[in-house]
Amino acid sequence: MNGVHDMGGMHGMGPIVLEEDEPVFHAEWERRIFALMRAMSVWERWNIDMSRHARERIPPARYLGSSYYERFLHSLETLLVEKDFLTQEEIEERMAELAREGA
Amino acid sequence: MSGHTHDGGTELSDIELRVRALESLLTEKGLVEPDALNELIDTYETKIGPRNGFKVVARAWTDPDFKKRLLEDANTALAEMGYEGRQGETMVVLENTPKIHNMVVCTLCSCYPWPVLGLPPVWYKSFPYRSRAVIDPRGVLKEFGLDLDEDVEVRVWDSTSEVRYIVLPERPPGTEEMSEEELAGIVNRNSLIGTAKVQAPSAKGESA
Repeated sequence: MNGVHDMGGMHGMGPIVLEEDEPVFHAEWERRIFALMRAMSVWERWNIDMSRHARERIPPARYLGSSYYERFLHSLETLLVEKDFLTQEEIEERMAELAREGA
Repeated sequence: MSGHTHDGGTELSDIELRVRALESLLTEKGLVEPDALNELIDTYETKIGPRNGFKVVARAWTDPDFKKRLLEDANTALAEMGYEGRQGETMVVLENTPKIHNMVVCTLCSCYPWPVLGLPPVWYKSFPYRSRAVIDPRGVLKEFGLDLDEDVEVRVWDSTSEVRYIVLPERPPGTEEMSEEELAGIVNRNSLIGTAKVQAPSAKGESA
C-alpha cells in the first residue's frame, strides 16, 4: 500500500528528538492500549499483516497528526469493529457514560 | 517544535476515554482479564528490554563460536539465551567493523526486535527518523553525536514485520580484561540499532 506511512526518503519532518532515560510508556493509557492489543491478538482473529493494514488505512492527515500509540489505538478500534468484537455505537456509548461519570 | 507532538493537547481526554471504553467493554465480555493486562505491561516494563541485547553483545564479544552462530542464524543463537517470541520471529544480526557501519530503521512503521531490545524508543518510531535514515544516514548519525569518517561505509537496513535487524557493535579497545558480565554493563541500546558506538569505561575509577 503506497500511503503516507511509507515515509522513507520524505523531506521536511524536522530534527530527531532524543529523550534521555526514556520510560517504556509515557502515560497510563499507552500501557493499557499496548496490553489490550497484545491480549486481543490471542483470539487470532487477525495476524500481523492485517494489523499493519489497519494502521496503514488511517487517513493521512490523521496518521501524521497522531502519536505512535494513538495510531495503535485507532487501528485496534478498527480491528475490533471489523472483526465483530465490538460495535462503534457500543464504544461511543461507553465513552459517553464514562465521561458522565467523570472517569 | 515539530508538528508531531507526543500525547499532549486537548485530545488527551478523548483518547483516555476511548481506551477506557475499550478496556471496560472487552473486560465485560470476558475477552480480556485485567490481571493478564497488568502482567503484559509488567513484562515489557521490567523483563523484556535492552538488557537482553547487552548480554547478547557481551557474549558475542567473548565467545567466538556464539558470535559465529549469531551472525549465521540469529534466531537459533538467541533462543539459546532464551530470547525468542513475538515480534522477533526472524531476526538478523549485522556486525559493525572499523570499515562498515550498519544502522537499522523501519521506514513503514516501527518494526523492532522486541525479544532482544524490548519496545522501541519514541525517536525510532518518529517521522523524522523513519523518513531520513534512508536518505541522509550520515546526517542522522551526526544528530546522535556520531560523526563517521568518510571511508566508513554506512549500510542502512529497513526492517519489516518479517525481518528485524540487530546491530552487533564493535568491542571498544581497552576492554580486553573485562568479563562478559562487565562488558554487558557498558553496552548501550542505541549501539544495537546502529545510532551509537560502545565506549570503554573512562580510565578513571572504572578499573576492573
